[in-house]
Amino acid sequence: MTGSSRLLIIGGLALAAFGMLYGLHYAVFVEHQTLDQMGGSLAQAFQSAAGRHPEQAHAALYSYAEAKYDYVRQVDAHSHWIGLAMIMIVLGVLFGRVNFSESFRQAIALSLLVGSAVFPLSVILQTYHHGATILKALAVASSGLVILAMAATAWGFARLRPN
Amino acid sequence: MSAVAKPSSIHSTFAPMSARRLLVFGGIALVAAGMFFGDIFAVFILHQNAGGQGAALIAANQAVAAGDETAVSKIFGSLGSILEDRGTKVDAHVHMIGAGYLALMLALVQPFVVLSIKTKKTLAALFITGGTLLPVGIFLIHYVGLARSPFAAIGWASILADSAGALLIIVLIAEAWGFRRYLRTRELAEPALPDDNSWERRALLSGGALLILLGFLHGAWYAGEYLYQHERMETAILQSMISTASANDLNTATAQVANFGNLAGARAVNIAAHSHIIEFGLLAMLLSFVQPYVFLSTRWKRRWTQVLLAGFLILPVFVFLELQFGLLAGGIADIGGLMIIVALVAMLVGIFRYTGRLDAPAGGAA
Repeated sequence: MTGSSRLLIIGGLALAAFGMLYGLHYAVFVEHQTLDQMGGSLAQAFQSAAGRHPEQAHAALYSYAEAKYDYVRQVDAHSHWIGLAMIMIVLGVLFGRVNFSESFRQAIALSLLVGSAVFPLSVILQTYHHGATILKALAVASSGLVILAMAATAWGFARLRPN
Repeated sequence: MSAVAKPSSIHSTFAPMSARRLLVFGGIALVAAGMFFGDIFAVFILHQNAGGQGAALIAANQAVAAGDETAVSKIFGSLGSILEDRGTKVDAHVHMIGAGYLALMLALVQPFVVLSIKTKKTLAALFITGGTLLPVGIFLIHYVGLARSPFAAIGWASILADSAGALLIIVLIAEAWGFRRYLRTRELAEPALPDDNSWERRALLSGGALLILLGFLHGAWYAGEYLYQHERMETAILQSMISTASANDLNTATAQVANFGNLAGARAVNIAAHSHIIEFGLLAMLLSFVQPYVFLSTRWKRRWTQVLLAGFLILPVFVFLELQFGLLAGGIADIGGLMIIVALVAMLVGIFRYTGRLDAPAGGAA
């Protein structure tokens, strides 16, 4: 097994296990409370409106939007960690078929690993600092790294020559 | 070019009830079952559920206009139930297919997992069991609720789902441990996969890589162009809905319910297109490995591969086009889903047919 394959498989397994543990932790300790907060806030907004309390309605709606912002990103990060990890593991087994030099394959593998780990992390960090430009930039850069690495991989497969 | 691996090679890598066979068979079955469930959900439940959400919001607006706080509370109780109904079915669909992918992936890495044959078989059986129980538990959450639960917020169905998820994690950790042992010994636990260079494998590999790349590009486009815009729009629509209903302007409030539904639809089709095209790309790559074990003639293997790849492209593209072309595109997407299911079942049959010929001295399929 080449170094690039090993990097992808070990990195992918670690990332998948981490993503699952994170998801389990979130499902057990956070998700139910967050969903309750989302549903409760939205209901509260309508109830306050029915009671002709527009300021309370606005505050409840704001609370709903905040909770949903966090929920969407938490679930997205969990699913992207595992999804990207699975792609890395599968590619790890196939990487010998990517027709580049081993050093270039290692660069691709490292890009995939770094991008796949950092992209969901930057998304989760946005739940602590809503709208932070640096985190958005990190998400764009890391996802761009994954896209470039995948494009290089597809190109490597296309360069496949018969034995 | 041989489309079917040599029997001796297959015999040594794909023995009856081996961990690899359990994982390949169980994995494809989980994916096919998850796809079938998804198709049933899309045709019979999804649109009706969206209609139920819209009706509940209109009723909530009417209650707001009438100043009836109790009615609002009741309506949101029923809306929560409608959303839970939808959410748990989507999650069951996603987790069943995800577990199937993981099973196929584990089948792929079995030569690098240095554990005893018995342990590997047990782990494979536990993984398929966990992968089956996890979506079943999620599906039951809506129906079981908190009945007889010892906990305040988590019911028995959630406990089943969480336990099955924990089982999957334990199996993955054990497999990782086996892989660690390979890294120390550098000796394969079983013969490597056949080095097949057939048309089917190459088509699935390159097609899969392209599908994943397309999905990545679509996701980046959606996140950059619409993610934050849609979040702002949702809050603005809800704000307008509440304000106009409070002012007894029910026509405008009802129009905002329609806007809310359209926005939810736009988000749903983009997310579904993004996730499905990447998942199908990954599945194509995974299925490229099991081709030597599909005991069908070369002609039929090629046909099913073509049907599969066509379905992989049709489903997400027409899901994406649902906003422009409505139910027509939705129907074509469902046909794409059906093509995938049929091709998967055909491959499953090919693997099943192979099982009965393990002891054959030579040959390929009829």
